[in-house]
Amino acid sequence: MSILLNKHSKVIVQGITGKEGTFHTGLMLEYGTNIVGGITPGKGGSQHIGVPVYDTVKEAVVKTGADTSVIFVPPPYAADAIMEAADAGIGLIIAITEGIPVKDMMYVSEFLKGKKSRLIGPNCPGVITPGEAKIGIMPGFIHKPGKIGIVSRSGTLTYEAVFQVGQVGLGQSTCVGIGGDPIIGSSMKDIVELFMNDPETEGIIMIGEIGGSTEVEAAQWIAKHGTKPVVAFIAGQTAPKGKRMGHAGAIVGGKDDTAESKLQKMAECGLHVVRDPSQMGVAMESALKALVAAN
Amino acid sequence: MNLHEYQSKALLKAEGVNVPLEFMVENAKDAVEYAKIIHKKTERNAWVIKAQVHAGGRGKAGGVKLASTLDEVEKLSEAMLGIKIINNQTGPEGKLVRKLLVTENVFYQGPLPIREIYISILLNRNTGRNVIVYSPEGGMDIEEVSEKYPDKIYTEEIAPGFGLQGYQARRIALNLGLEGSAFKEMISFCQGLYRTYMKNDATLVEINPLVKTSDGHIIAVDAKITIDDNALYRHEKLMAMRDIFEEDPSELEASKYSLNFVKLSGNVGCMVNGAGLAMATMDAIKLSGGQPANFLDVGGGANVERVEAALRIILKDKDVKVVFINIFGGIVRCDRVAQGVVDAYRNLGDIDVPMVVRLQGTNAVEGAGIITNSGLKVHGVTTIREATEKIAELV
Repeated sequence: MSILLNKHSKVIVQGITGKEGTFHTGLMLEYGTNIVGGITPGKGGSQHIGVPVYDTVKEAVVKTGADTSVIFVPPPYAADAIMEAADAGIGLIIAITEGIPVKDMMYVSEFLKGKKSRLIGPNCPGVITPGEAKIGIMPGFIHKPGKIGIVSRSGTLTYEAVFQVGQVGLGQSTCVGIGGDPIIGSSMKDIVELFMNDPETEGIIMIGEIGGSTEVEAAQWIAKHGTKPVVAFIAGQTAPKGKRMGHAGAIVGGKDDTAESKLQKMAECGLHVVRDPSQMGVAMESALKALVAAN
Repeated sequence: MNLHEYQSKALLKAEGVNVPLEFMVENAKDAVEYAKIIHKKTERNAWVIKAQVHAGGRGKAGGVKLASTLDEVEKLSEAMLGIKIINNQTGPEGKLVRKLLVTENVFYQGPLPIREIYISILLNRNTGRNVIVYSPEGGMDIEEVSEKYPDKIYTEEIAPGFGLQGYQARRIALNLGLEGSAFKEMISFCQGLYRTYMKNDATLVEINPLVKTSDGHIIAVDAKITIDDNALYRHEKLMAMRDIFEEDPSELEASKYSLNFVKLSGNVGCMVNGAGLAMATMDAIKLSGGQPANFLDVGGGANVERVEAALRIILKDKDVKVVFINIFGGIVRCDRVAQGVVDAYRNLGDIDVPMVVRLQGTNAVEGAGIITNSGLKVHGVTTIREATEKIAELV
């Protein structure tokens, strides 16, 4: 098993005929993802790199039974694309687009309240269940099936964690990039909860950043309900206050909003906190070994 | 993007918010001319000269002065132009004062006590909604208020789509203890403040102090607005307000190549793809005893041109003793980055700063081959740990 995504997921690509959409749809198909359609308003009825194109998400859902959508639509139209997917009843919406205005996302998050759709992202690498399906822009070949769940706010740092997990001989159940923006669809706690309930995930790596409190909320939830070891890292221990470090969400705000304060709170909640990003894999390995020894 | 005080107040004024009568000037002669106009209208000999730089805490740093004669206006303006505002918000280099704001002084005596209020609107990331934060204790920074008067900070959350409601604005005015004309003016002030925030895609609007004058008016005496960079594409007018003199020259050049660069004060230059990995790389350097000289995210489309531009910007910093290039290839192909490094090395000529290069992911092996075969003095490593050990050796 895995979380969110498996080989049976029926995926549509919103913005399939764009440059990014085309490129990554090709790679996702190559990985074996079950892509059943693409959406580009005005190009319905045509075929694009072997995939049928529809004008609306609704039409694609009716004709293909799609349950998952990935969004490669440019920032000015991305919020609208997310809302269209939710309106059409798509269960899992993964928004890759980087650079959506905060105000647009504020309306999206309000729109999604009370709907059954789950949004991952935006500004994220996507979700991959190794060996089954890949939705997003991550390099598929670095992943291998296994029992570690990875949840992260960044892209390449997630790949780094995947690499390190591989180096200690472990693989991943599912890797989820939740995104680097101030307003995102799914929090770290949401994903951690899914991993805790997934019988095939035995350990979790949580990769956070400066700015916001999603990591601390997850840690507090874990302190109460956690059943599996969690390794945690926060990027930006050296970031100066008030400077945007690449991601729109990565700004150190008030005096409690530092990497140090997050690391401390996570340690208090019983997480295996690593300060050195080169030690994520090693820490996961030893946490699992300690678990085996204790039993 | 941050706006100057005078720009922020112009946006507020356009939404009906009261601001002092004021003019932005770039020399002392104009300061005097506008001071005369202010005098004509207010019939008071009381002006404030304020340095226009992107930094708070200007008062304590010599950037805000009171004048009571035109002669003083001239002398203070002359003295302030060209000085540097240096405090914890500007960094050690400080900010050069090139523009001043000449304004009427609204702290005049009258029948009622003068009051200073703090009020701001910003995004509450936990709820994904905007929130108004306010306190009757204005005039000091909000961190200080929250330490000294934690029970005197109020918040009012705004439902997206519905916007700020009348009862919410009334609650704010009541909590602030306002009465009479000030109560009424406060309500329309709140609406104007919220419109300014929404219309301009702001992520922060902060008024500190908001002054209740001795004759019962509500006036925004200082203002700070931050605009969402992601929304600038739909605000041509705001884009034109960008003041490149307020930006670090290296950061400015980096932005021309779509490189995300933040200058720091260490000695290890970093070039990384991805913001998270870039921050993590800096952390790893610090933990092994080094000091990162910068944050630099070359982004997803790292080609030869961008890698070269990145290296050039990093090497401009003479404190840089070693450069660490850490690339995890996803969309970015390591062989392209490697070729970029080799070309940059040749094009830039004598680079005597040692380089540690770590390539992983897509086409890492091909990339390593290009570096090895180039004959350059580049240290290739495969893990972050190996890299930081090598850096510790070289610094």
